[in-house]
Amino acid sequence: MDPIQQLDLAKLSLRQVNQFLHHELADGGRERIEILNPDGMHSIAVGLDADVAVDIRGHAGYYIAGMNRQARVTVHGNVGWSVAENIMSGTVRVKGHASESAGASGHGGLVVIEGDASSRCGISLKGCDIVVGGSVGHFSAFMAQAGTLVVCGDTGPNLGDSLYEATIFVRGRIHSLGADAREEELTDTDRARIAELLTAAEIGFDPSEFKRVASARSLYHWNADAHQEY
Amino acid sequence: MCGIVGLLAKSSKLRASLGKLATPMIDCMGTRGPDSAGLAVFHEPLDGGRRRFALYSPDERFDWSDMHAAFQHETGAQATIDFSVGHAALVSPAAVEVVKDWLQQHDAEIRLLSVGRAIDVYKDEGHPREIADRYRFEQLSGTHCVGHTRMATESAVSPAHAHPFTAGEDFCLVHNGSLSNPYSIRRRLEKQGIQFETDNDTEAGCRFLEWRMREGDTLEQAIETSFQELDGFFTFLMATADRMVLVRDAFACKPAVAAENDDYVAVASEFRSLAHLPDIKSAHVFEPAPEEIYAWTLSSN
Repeated sequence: MDPIQQLDLAKLSLRQVNQFLHHELADGGRERIEILNPDGMHSIAVGLDADVAVDIRGHAGYYIAGMNRQARVTVHGNVGWSVAENIMSGTVRVKGHASESAGASGHGGLVVIEGDASSRCGISLKGCDIVVGGSVGHFSAFMAQAGTLVVCGDTGPNLGDSLYEATIFVRGRIHSLGADAREEELTDTDRARIAELLTAAEIGFDPSEFKRVASARSLYHWNADAHQEY
Repeated sequence: MCGIVGLLAKSSKLRASLGKLATPMIDCMGTRGPDSAGLAVFHEPLDGGRRRFALYSPDERFDWSDMHAAFQHETGAQATIDFSVGHAALVSPAAVEVVKDWLQQHDAEIRLLSVGRAIDVYKDEGHPREIADRYRFEQLSGTHCVGHTRMATESAVSPAHAHPFTAGEDFCLVHNGSLSNPYSIRRRLEKQGIQFETDNDTEAGCRFLEWRMREGDTLEQAIETSFQELDGFFTFLMATADRMVLVRDAFACKPAVAAENDDYVAVASEFRSLAHLPDIKSAHVFEPAPEEIYAWTLSSN
Protein backbone atom coordinates (compact mmCIF):
# COMPACT_ATOMS: atom_id res chain seq x y z
CA MET A 1 0.00 0.00 0.00
CA ASP A 2 1.31 3.42 -0.91
CA PRO A 3 1.84 5.32 2.37
CA ILE A 4 0.86 8.56 0.60
CA GLN A 5 -2.46 8.80 -1.17
CA GLN A 6 -3.84 11.68 -3.21
CA LEU A 7 -7.56 12.42 -3.33
CA ASP A 8 -8.61 14.98 -5.92
CA LEU A 9 -11.87 16.82 -5.23
CA ALA A 10 -11.97 17.86 -8.88
CA LYS A 11 -12.49 14.17 -9.72
CA LEU A 12 -14.09 12.68 -6.59
CA SER A 13 -17.18 13.84 -4.75
CA LEU A 14 -16.83 15.24 -1.25
CA ARG A 15 -18.79 12.24 0.03
CA GLN A 16 -16.39 9.81 -1.64
CA VAL A 17 -13.41 11.60 -0.07
CA ASN A 18 -14.92 11.70 3.41
CA GLN A 19 -16.10 8.08 3.22
CA PHE A 20 -12.57 7.04 2.27
CA LEU A 21 -11.19 8.97 5.23
CA HIS A 22 -13.73 7.38 7.56
CA HIS A 23 -13.44 3.77 6.43
CA GLU A 24 -10.08 3.15 4.77
CA LEU A 25 -7.60 4.49 7.32
CA ALA A 26 -8.22 2.15 10.26
CA ASP A 27 -5.50 -0.34 9.25
CA GLY A 28 -2.83 2.33 9.76
CA GLY A 29 -1.08 1.58 6.46
CA ARG A 30 -1.26 5.14 5.19
CA GLU A 31 0.82 7.90 6.69
CA ARG A 32 -0.35 10.85 4.66
CA ILE A 33 -3.37 11.86 2.62
CA GLU A 34 -3.20 14.76 0.17
CA ILE A 35 -6.52 16.40 -0.74
CA LEU A 36 -6.32 18.45 -3.93
CA ASN A 37 -8.62 21.15 -5.32
CA PRO A 38 -10.66 21.93 -2.19
CA ASP A 39 -11.93 25.10 -3.98
CA GLY A 40 -13.74 26.43 -0.92
CA MET A 41 -15.78 23.26 -0.39
CA HIS A 42 -17.38 22.71 3.01
CA SER A 43 -16.99 19.81 5.47
CA ILE A 44 -13.77 18.36 4.08
CA ALA A 45 -12.11 15.81 6.42
CA VAL A 46 -14.85 16.03 9.01
CA GLY A 47 -15.12 13.30 11.65
CA LEU A 48 -11.69 11.70 11.20
CA ASP A 49 -10.57 9.15 13.79
CA ALA A 50 -7.17 7.86 12.64
CA ASP A 51 -3.51 8.64 13.31
CA VAL A 52 -2.76 10.10 9.89
CA ALA A 53 -1.55 13.37 8.37
CA VAL A 54 -4.03 15.05 6.00
CA ASP A 55 -2.89 17.94 3.81
CA ILE A 56 -5.58 20.02 2.12
CA ARG A 57 -3.92 21.90 -0.73
CA GLY A 58 -5.73 25.21 -1.26
CA HIS A 59 -8.48 27.39 0.24
CA ALA A 60 -11.25 25.43 1.92
CA GLY A 61 -14.77 26.26 3.11
CA TYR A 62 -16.78 25.78 6.30
CA TYR A 63 -16.47 23.09 9.00
CA ILE A 64 -13.09 21.75 7.87
CA ALA A 65 -11.81 18.94 10.12
CA GLY A 66 -14.74 19.23 12.50
CA MET A 67 -14.95 16.68 15.36
CA ASN A 68 -11.39 15.60 14.60
CA ARG A 69 -9.80 12.76 16.62
CA GLN A 70 -6.09 11.85 16.35
CA ALA A 71 -5.53 13.13 12.80
CA ARG A 72 -3.10 15.94 11.96
CA VAL A 73 -4.91 18.05 9.39
CA THR A 74 -3.13 20.94 7.64
CA VAL A 75 -4.89 23.37 5.33
CA HIS A 76 -2.48 25.05 2.93
CA GLY A 77 -4.70 28.09 2.43
CA ASN A 78 -7.57 29.89 4.14
CA VAL A 79 -10.66 28.33 5.68
CA GLY A 80 -14.23 29.55 6.12
CA TRP A 81 -16.39 29.34 9.24
CA SER A 82 -15.95 26.87 12.10
CA VAL A 83 -12.72 25.09 11.28
CA ALA A 84 -12.04 22.27 13.76
CA GLU A 85 -15.42 22.73 15.37
CA ASN A 86 -15.75 20.35 18.32
CA ILE A 87 -12.24 18.96 17.85
CA MET A 88 -11.60 16.11 20.33
CA SER A 89 -7.87 15.43 19.82
CA GLY A 90 -5.14 15.65 17.20
CA THR A 91 -4.04 18.86 15.46
CA VAL A 92 -5.69 21.12 12.92
CA ARG A 93 -3.38 23.70 11.37
CA VAL A 94 -4.40 26.47 8.96
CA LYS A 95 -1.48 28.01 7.08
CA GLY A 96 -3.59 31.01 6.00
CA HIS A 97 -6.46 32.85 7.69
CA ALA A 98 -9.59 31.44 9.31
CA SER A 99 -13.06 32.96 9.23
CA GLU A 100 -15.49 32.97 12.17
CA SER A 101 -15.73 30.50 15.06
CA ALA A 102 -12.39 28.73 14.61
CA GLY A 103 -12.13 25.84 17.08
CA ALA A 104 -15.67 26.45 18.35
CA SER A 105 -16.54 24.25 21.35
CA GLY A 106 -13.35 22.20 20.90
CA HIS A 107 -12.89 19.56 23.63
CA GLY A 108 -9.24 18.64 23.14
CA GLY A 109 -6.28 18.70 20.77
CA LEU A 110 -4.60 21.72 19.25
CA VAL A 111 -5.80 24.22 16.64
CA VAL A 112 -3.19 26.46 15.01
CA ILE A 113 -4.17 29.37 12.80
CA GLU A 114 -0.95 30.79 11.36
CA GLY A 115 -2.66 33.90 9.98
CA ASP A 116 -5.60 35.80 11.49
CA ALA A 117 -8.75 34.25 12.89
CA SER A 118 -11.95 36.22 12.56
CA SER A 119 -14.69 36.82 15.13
CA ARG A 120 -15.80 34.33 17.80
CA CYS A 121 -12.55 32.34 17.67
CA GLY A 122 -12.72 29.68 20.40
CA ILE A 123 -16.36 30.38 21.24
CA SER A 124 -17.59 27.97 23.93
CA LEU A 125 -14.15 26.32 24.14
CA LYS A 126 -14.31 23.13 26.23
CA GLY A 127 -10.71 22.09 26.71
CA CYS A 128 -8.94 22.44 23.36
CA ASP A 129 -5.95 24.74 22.91
CA ILE A 130 -5.89 27.33 20.12
CA VAL A 131 -2.84 29.28 18.98
CA VAL A 132 -3.41 32.15 16.54
CA GLY A 133 -0.28 33.57 14.89
CA GLY A 134 -2.09 36.78 13.91
CA SER A 135 -5.08 38.58 15.35
CA VAL A 136 -8.61 37.52 16.36
CA GLY A 137 -11.94 39.28 15.79
CA HIS A 138 -14.71 40.33 18.15
CA PHE A 139 -16.21 38.11 20.84
CA SER A 140 -13.37 35.60 20.75
CA ALA A 141 -13.44 32.99 23.54
CA PHE A 142 -17.07 33.93 24.26
CA MET A 143 -18.30 31.68 27.12
CA ALA A 144 -15.14 29.59 26.86
CA GLN A 145 -15.26 26.94 29.57
CA ALA A 146 -11.87 25.22 29.54
CA GLY A 147 -8.70 25.23 27.46
CA THR A 148 -6.38 27.98 26.26
CA LEU A 149 -6.50 30.63 23.56
CA VAL A 150 -3.13 32.14 22.65
CA VAL A 151 -3.26 35.21 20.40
CA CYS A 152 0.08 36.45 19.07
CA GLY A 153 -1.45 39.56 17.47
CA ASP A 154 -4.28 41.87 18.56
CA THR A 155 -7.85 41.13 19.55
CA GLY A 156 -11.15 42.66 18.48
CA PRO A 157 -13.83 43.97 20.86
CA ASN A 158 -15.32 42.01 23.78
CA LEU A 159 -12.58 39.45 24.29
CA GLY A 160 -13.61 36.63 26.64
CA ASP A 161 -17.15 37.80 27.26
CA SER A 162 -18.87 35.66 29.93
CA LEU A 163 -15.73 33.58 30.28
CA TYR A 164 -15.70 30.48 32.50
CA GLU A 165 -12.45 28.62 33.27
CA ALA A 166 -10.59 28.94 29.95
CA THR A 167 -7.47 31.13 29.90
CA ILE A 168 -6.53 33.64 27.22
CA PHE A 169 -3.04 34.94 26.49
CA VAL A 170 -2.63 37.97 24.22
CA ARG A 171 0.65 39.37 22.94
CA GLY A 172 -0.74 42.43 21.12
CA ARG A 173 -3.37 45.05 21.86
CA ILE A 174 -6.70 44.06 23.40
CA HIS A 175 -9.40 46.22 21.80
CA SER A 176 -11.73 45.62 24.75
CA LEU A 177 -12.58 42.95 27.26
CA GLY A 178 -16.05 41.42 27.40
CA ALA A 179 -18.27 41.21 30.49
CA ASP A 180 -16.56 39.46 33.41
CA ALA A 181 -13.19 39.06 31.64
CA ARG A 182 -10.23 40.68 33.39
CA GLU A 183 -6.50 41.01 32.90
CA GLU A 184 -4.45 39.16 35.51
CA GLU A 185 -0.79 38.94 36.36
CA LEU A 186 1.21 36.49 34.24
CA THR A 187 2.69 33.70 36.41
CA ASP A 188 5.66 31.41 35.81
CA THR A 189 3.17 28.60 35.22
CA ASP A 190 1.52 30.71 32.53
CA ARG A 191 4.85 31.43 30.84
CA ALA A 192 5.66 27.73 30.79
CA ARG A 193 2.22 26.95 29.33
CA ILE A 194 2.59 29.63 26.63
CA ALA A 195 6.09 28.35 25.77
CA GLU A 196 4.76 24.81 25.47
CA LEU A 197 1.89 25.86 23.17
CA LEU A 198 4.07 28.13 20.99
CA THR A 199 6.55 25.28 20.55
CA ALA A 200 3.76 22.89 19.57
CA ALA A 201 2.41 25.53 17.17
CA GLU A 202 5.93 26.22 15.78
CA ILE A 203 5.48 29.95 16.34
CA GLY A 204 8.37 31.82 17.93
CA PHE A 205 7.60 34.56 20.49
CA ASP A 206 8.81 35.34 23.99
CA PRO A 207 6.18 34.06 26.48
CA SER A 208 6.85 37.07 28.72
CA GLU A 209 5.36 39.40 26.08
CA PHE A 210 1.85 37.99 26.66
CA LYS A 211 -0.94 39.28 28.89
CA ARG A 212 -3.19 36.89 30.77
CA VAL A 213 -6.98 37.24 30.62
CA ALA A 214 -9.29 35.11 32.75
CA SER A 215 -12.73 35.21 34.30
CA ALA A 216 -13.45 37.51 37.26
CA ARG A 217 -16.18 34.95 38.08
CA SER A 218 -18.63 37.69 39.05
CA LEU A 219 -21.25 36.25 36.69
CA TYR A 220 -21.11 32.80 38.25
CA HIS A 221 -23.90 33.75 40.63
CA TRP A 222 -27.03 35.69 39.75
CA ASN A 223 -27.01 39.20 41.12
CA ALA A 224 -30.53 40.62 41.22
CA ASP A 225 -29.18 44.12 41.91
CA ALA A 226 -27.07 44.28 38.73
CA HIS A 227 -30.02 45.45 36.59
CA GLN A 228 -28.55 43.66 33.59
CA GLU A 229 -25.54 46.00 33.66
CA TYR A 230 -22.25 44.14 33.49
CA MET B 1 -29.60 32.93 4.35
CA CYS B 2 -28.83 34.58 1.02
CA GLY B 3 -25.85 34.76 -1.29
CA ILE B 4 -24.16 37.86 -2.61
CA VAL B 5 -21.59 38.16 -5.37
CA GLY B 6 -19.79 41.01 -7.07
CA LEU B 7 -17.13 41.33 -9.73
CA LEU B 8 -15.33 44.48 -10.85
CA ALA B 9 -13.08 44.20 -13.92
CA LYS B 10 -10.04 46.40 -13.28
CA SER B 11 -8.59 45.71 -16.68
CA SER B 12 -10.61 46.11 -19.85
CA LYS B 13 -9.63 42.60 -21.01
CA LEU B 14 -12.09 41.00 -18.55
CA ARG B 15 -15.05 43.20 -19.47
CA ALA B 16 -16.18 41.16 -22.47
CA SER B 17 -16.36 38.05 -20.29
CA LEU B 18 -17.84 39.66 -17.17
CA GLY B 19 -21.06 37.62 -17.43
CA LYS B 20 -19.17 34.42 -18.19
CA LEU B 21 -17.13 34.84 -14.99
CA ALA B 22 -20.05 36.04 -12.84
CA THR B 23 -22.55 33.32 -13.83
CA PRO B 24 -20.79 30.46 -11.97
CA MET B 25 -20.46 32.79 -8.97
CA ILE B 26 -24.25 33.20 -8.85
CA ASP B 27 -24.97 29.59 -9.70
CA CYS B 28 -22.73 28.41 -6.85
CA MET B 29 -24.56 30.67 -4.37
CA GLY B 30 -27.83 28.97 -5.35
CA THR B 31 -27.38 26.75 -2.28
CA ARG B 32 -27.60 29.86 -0.07
CA GLY B 33 -30.55 31.33 -1.95
CA PRO B 34 -32.69 29.08 -4.15
CA ASP B 35 -35.87 31.25 -4.26
CA SER B 36 -34.91 34.08 -6.60
CA ALA B 37 -31.88 35.76 -8.08
CA GLY B 38 -30.80 38.93 -9.77
CA LEU B 39 -27.87 40.69 -11.34
CA ALA B 40 -27.07 44.38 -11.84
CA VAL B 41 -24.52 44.88 -14.59
CA PHE B 42 -22.83 48.21 -15.27
CA HIS B 43 -21.68 49.31 -18.72
CA GLU B 44 -19.62 52.22 -20.03
CA PRO B 45 -21.90 55.21 -19.32
CA LEU B 46 -24.18 56.35 -22.16
CA ASP B 47 -23.56 59.81 -23.59
CA GLY B 48 -25.83 62.48 -25.03
CA GLY B 49 -28.19 62.65 -22.04
CA ARG B 50 -29.41 59.11 -22.74
CA ARG B 51 -30.38 56.70 -19.99
CA ARG B 52 -30.98 52.99 -19.93
CA PHE B 53 -34.35 51.93 -18.48
CA ALA B 54 -34.33 48.25 -17.48
CA LEU B 55 -37.82 46.81 -17.83
CA TYR B 56 -39.43 43.59 -16.65
CA SER B 57 -42.59 41.94 -17.90
CA PRO B 58 -44.11 38.86 -16.23
CA ASP B 59 -45.59 37.95 -19.63
CA GLU B 60 -43.07 35.85 -21.57
CA ARG B 61 -44.86 36.65 -24.83
CA PHE B 62 -44.87 40.38 -24.20
CA ASP B 63 -44.28 42.27 -27.46
CA TRP B 64 -41.38 44.60 -26.69
CA SER B 65 -41.13 45.81 -30.33
CA ASP B 66 -44.73 46.93 -30.19
CA MET B 67 -44.11 48.72 -26.90
CA HIS B 68 -41.00 50.39 -28.34
CA ALA B 69 -42.91 51.72 -31.31
CA ALA B 70 -45.75 52.96 -29.11
CA PHE B 71 -43.29 54.67 -26.77
CA GLN B 72 -41.65 56.63 -29.59
CA HIS B 73 -44.96 57.47 -31.18
CA GLU B 74 -46.73 58.59 -28.01
CA THR B 75 -43.88 60.42 -26.22
CA GLY B 76 -42.18 61.77 -29.35
CA ALA B 77 -38.86 60.68 -27.80
CA GLN B 78 -36.15 58.77 -29.64
CA ALA B 79 -35.41 55.34 -28.19
CA THR B 80 -33.64 52.10 -28.95
CA ILE B 81 -34.50 48.79 -27.35
CA ASP B 82 -32.68 45.54 -26.63
CA PHE B 83 -34.84 42.72 -25.37
CA SER B 84 -34.99 39.10 -24.43
CA VAL B 85 -37.80 37.09 -22.84
CA GLY B 86 -39.23 39.12 -19.95
CA HIS B 87 -36.54 41.82 -20.03
CA ALA B 88 -35.81 44.90 -22.09
CA ALA B 89 -33.30 47.73 -21.96
CA LEU B 90 -34.89 50.87 -23.38
CA VAL B 91 -32.31 53.57 -24.14
CA SER B 92 -33.70 57.07 -24.52
CA PRO B 93 -32.93 60.73 -23.76
CA ALA B 94 -36.50 61.13 -22.45
CA ALA B 95 -36.89 62.49 -18.91
CA VAL B 96 -37.23 59.84 -16.20
CA GLU B 97 -40.69 61.05 -15.16
CA VAL B 98 -41.89 60.96 -18.78
CA VAL B 99 -40.83 57.33 -19.09
CA LYS B 100 -42.29 56.34 -15.72
CA ASP B 101 -45.65 58.01 -16.44
CA TRP B 102 -45.84 56.54 -19.92
CA LEU B 103 -45.05 53.01 -18.66
CA GLN B 104 -47.73 53.31 -16.00
CA GLN B 105 -50.33 54.28 -18.59
CA HIS B 106 -49.18 51.87 -21.29
CA ASP B 107 -49.05 48.69 -19.20
CA ALA B 108 -49.06 48.68 -15.39
CA GLU B 109 -47.63 45.12 -15.45
CA ILE B 110 -44.29 46.37 -16.74
CA ARG B 111 -41.88 47.20 -13.95
CA LEU B 112 -38.97 49.59 -14.14
CA LEU B 113 -36.04 47.75 -12.54
CA SER B 114 -33.35 50.40 -12.91
CA VAL B 115 -32.57 53.78 -14.40
CA GLY B 116 -29.19 55.22 -15.21
CA ARG B 117 -26.44 55.88 -17.71
CA ALA B 118 -24.55 52.71 -16.76
CA ILE B 119 -26.81 50.27 -14.89
CA ASP B 120 -28.95 47.41 -16.20
CA VAL B 121 -30.81 45.02 -13.86
CA TYR B 122 -32.18 41.51 -14.27
CA LYS B 123 -34.08 39.84 -11.46
CA ASP B 124 -36.73 37.19 -11.16
CA GLU B 125 -38.20 34.40 -9.10
CA GLY B 126 -36.80 30.89 -9.45
CA HIS B 127 -33.54 29.00 -8.98
CA PRO B 128 -30.49 31.16 -9.74
CA ARG B 129 -29.37 28.74 -12.47
CA GLU B 130 -32.72 29.01 -14.26
CA ILE B 131 -32.62 32.79 -14.02
CA ALA B 132 -29.04 32.94 -15.32
CA ASP B 133 -30.14 30.78 -18.28
CA ARG B 134 -33.39 32.70 -18.86
CA TYR B 135 -31.61 36.05 -19.10
CA ARG B 136 -28.39 34.69 -20.65
CA PHE B 137 -26.13 36.08 -17.93
CA GLU B 138 -23.14 34.33 -19.54
CA GLN B 139 -23.35 36.61 -22.57
CA LEU B 140 -23.35 39.86 -20.61
CA SER B 141 -20.39 42.20 -20.78
CA GLY B 142 -19.72 45.18 -18.58
CA THR B 143 -17.34 46.93 -16.19
CA HIS B 144 -18.72 45.49 -12.95
CA CYS B 145 -21.71 43.62 -11.62
CA VAL B 146 -23.36 42.66 -8.34
CA GLY B 147 -25.64 39.68 -7.94
CA HIS B 148 -27.81 38.02 -5.34
CA THR B 149 -29.42 34.68 -4.58
CA ARG B 150 -32.34 34.89 -2.18
CA MET B 151 -33.66 32.67 0.56
CA ALA B 152 -36.60 34.75 1.74
CA THR B 153 -37.07 35.15 5.48
CA GLU B 154 -39.13 38.29 5.97
CA SER B 155 -41.29 39.07 2.93
CA ALA B 156 -42.85 37.33 -0.04
CA VAL B 157 -41.02 35.52 -2.84
CA SER B 158 -41.77 37.46 -6.01
CA PRO B 159 -39.81 39.00 -8.87
CA ALA B 160 -40.21 42.43 -7.23
CA HIS B 161 -38.83 41.15 -3.90
CA ALA B 162 -35.71 39.75 -5.58
CA HIS B 163 -32.45 41.70 -5.28
CA PRO B 164 -30.73 43.89 -6.47
CA PHE B 165 -32.82 46.79 -5.26
CA THR B 166 -32.29 50.13 -6.94
CA ALA B 167 -33.10 53.72 -6.00
CA GLY B 168 -32.41 56.91 -7.89
CA GLU B 169 -30.04 56.46 -10.81
CA ASP B 170 -27.04 54.16 -11.20
CA PHE B 171 -27.25 52.84 -7.65
CA CYS B 172 -28.08 49.33 -6.50
CA LEU B 173 -27.73 47.22 -3.41
CA VAL B 174 -27.81 43.51 -2.57
CA HIS B 175 -28.19 42.34 1.01
CA ASN B 176 -27.49 39.25 3.05
CA GLY B 177 -29.17 39.60 6.42
CA SER B 178 -32.33 41.14 7.79
CA LEU B 179 -33.16 44.59 9.08
CA SER B 180 -35.30 44.86 12.18
CA ASN B 181 -36.46 48.47 11.78
CA PRO B 182 -37.39 48.71 8.07
CA TYR B 183 -40.86 50.02 8.83
CA SER B 184 -39.68 52.97 10.92
CA ILE B 185 -37.10 53.79 8.21
CA ARG B 186 -39.83 53.52 5.63
CA ARG B 187 -42.24 55.82 7.53
CA ARG B 188 -39.48 58.44 7.78
CA LEU B 189 -38.74 58.24 4.07
CA GLU B 190 -42.39 58.27 3.01
CA LYS B 191 -42.75 61.61 4.80
CA GLN B 192 -40.06 62.87 2.40
CA GLY B 193 -42.23 61.79 -0.53
CA ILE B 194 -40.19 58.66 -1.27
CA GLN B 195 -42.30 55.86 -2.71
CA PHE B 196 -41.78 52.15 -2.08
CA GLU B 197 -42.50 49.28 -4.45
CA THR B 198 -42.43 46.38 -1.97
CA ASP B 199 -42.58 45.66 1.77
CA ASN B 200 -39.04 44.27 1.67
CA ASP B 201 -36.52 45.30 4.37
CA THR B 202 -33.68 45.67 1.87
CA GLU B 203 -35.68 48.19 -0.15
CA ALA B 204 -35.82 50.36 2.99
CA GLY B 205 -32.02 50.14 3.36
CA CYS B 206 -31.46 50.89 -0.32
CA ARG B 207 -33.79 53.90 -0.38
CA PHE B 208 -32.35 55.19 2.91
CA LEU B 209 -28.81 55.26 1.49
CA GLU B 210 -29.92 56.83 -1.79
CA TRP B 211 -31.93 59.47 0.12
CA ARG B 212 -28.86 60.37 2.20
CA MET B 213 -26.81 60.77 -1.00
CA ARG B 214 -29.47 63.00 -2.55
CA GLU B 215 -29.31 65.08 0.63
CA GLY B 216 -25.62 65.65 -0.07
CA ASP B 217 -23.85 62.79 1.70
CA THR B 218 -21.14 60.86 -0.05
CA LEU B 219 -21.83 57.11 -0.15
CA GLU B 220 -19.29 56.71 2.67
CA GLN B 221 -21.12 59.30 4.81
CA ALA B 222 -24.46 57.67 4.04
CA ILE B 223 -23.06 54.29 5.12
CA GLU B 224 -21.66 55.79 8.36
CA THR B 225 -25.15 57.16 9.08
CA SER B 226 -26.69 53.78 8.28
CA PHE B 227 -24.52 52.16 10.99
CA GLN B 228 -26.43 54.36 13.47
CA GLU B 229 -29.87 54.20 11.85
CA LEU B 230 -30.26 50.69 10.43
CA ASP B 231 -30.89 48.05 13.07
CA GLY B 232 -30.29 44.44 12.17
CA PHE B 233 -27.87 42.22 10.35
CA PHE B 234 -26.38 43.10 7.05
CA THR B 235 -23.65 42.47 4.60
CA PHE B 236 -24.41 45.07 1.91
CA LEU B 237 -22.80 45.04 -1.51
CA MET B 238 -23.53 48.19 -3.48
CA ALA B 239 -22.58 49.53 -6.87
CA THR B 240 -22.63 52.89 -8.61
CA ALA B 241 -21.61 53.78 -12.16
CA ASP B 242 -17.93 53.53 -11.27
CA ARG B 243 -17.72 51.83 -7.87
CA MET B 244 -18.39 48.64 -5.96
CA VAL B 245 -18.74 49.05 -2.19
CA LEU B 246 -18.99 46.44 0.57
CA VAL B 247 -19.91 46.84 4.26
CA ARG B 248 -20.80 44.49 7.08
CA ASP B 249 -22.60 45.41 10.29
CA ALA B 250 -20.81 45.48 13.66
CA PHE B 251 -21.59 41.85 14.48
CA ALA B 252 -20.62 40.61 11.02
CA CYS B 253 -22.56 37.38 11.31
CA LYS B 254 -23.40 37.42 7.60
CA PRO B 255 -20.34 36.25 5.71
CA ALA B 256 -18.24 37.86 3.01
CA VAL B 257 -14.94 37.12 1.35
CA ALA B 258 -13.06 39.30 -1.13
CA ALA B 259 -10.34 38.49 -3.64
CA GLU B 260 -8.25 41.05 -5.46
CA ASN B 261 -5.51 40.99 -8.06
CA ASP B 262 -4.36 43.27 -10.92
CA ASP B 263 -7.30 42.24 -13.12
CA TYR B 264 -10.34 42.14 -10.82
CA VAL B 265 -11.95 42.54 -7.44
CA ALA B 266 -14.39 39.77 -6.59
CA VAL B 267 -16.69 39.49 -3.60
CA ALA B 268 -18.90 36.61 -2.50
CA SER B 269 -20.57 35.17 0.57
CA GLU B 270 -18.27 32.17 0.37
CA PHE B 271 -14.93 31.43 -1.26
CA ARG B 272 -16.30 28.53 -3.33
CA SER B 273 -18.07 31.13 -5.50
CA LEU B 274 -14.66 32.57 -6.39
CA ALA B 275 -12.73 29.32 -6.86
CA HIS B 276 -13.15 29.27 -10.67
CA LEU B 277 -11.86 32.82 -11.26
CA PRO B 278 -8.62 33.18 -13.25
CA ASP B 279 -5.46 33.24 -11.13
CA ILE B 280 -7.52 33.04 -7.92
CA LYS B 281 -4.83 30.93 -6.26
CA SER B 282 -2.42 33.87 -6.33
CA ALA B 283 -5.03 36.59 -5.61
CA HIS B 284 -5.12 38.43 -2.28
CA VAL B 285 -8.03 36.77 -0.49
CA PHE B 286 -9.37 38.34 2.71
CA GLU B 287 -12.38 38.60 4.97
CA PRO B 288 -13.78 42.16 5.16
CA ALA B 289 -13.86 43.44 8.75
CA PRO B 290 -17.05 44.65 10.50
CA GLU B 291 -18.07 48.31 10.05
CA GLU B 292 -15.25 48.97 7.58
CA ILE B 293 -16.13 50.46 4.22
CA TYR B 294 -14.48 48.69 1.29
CA ALA B 295 -14.82 50.73 -1.90
CA TRP B 296 -13.27 49.82 -5.24
CA THR B 297 -13.33 52.36 -8.07
CA LEU B 298 -13.00 51.63 -11.78
CA SER B 299 -9.83 52.97 -13.29
CA SER B 300 -10.29 55.13 -16.36
CA ASN B 301 -8.50 52.78 -18.80
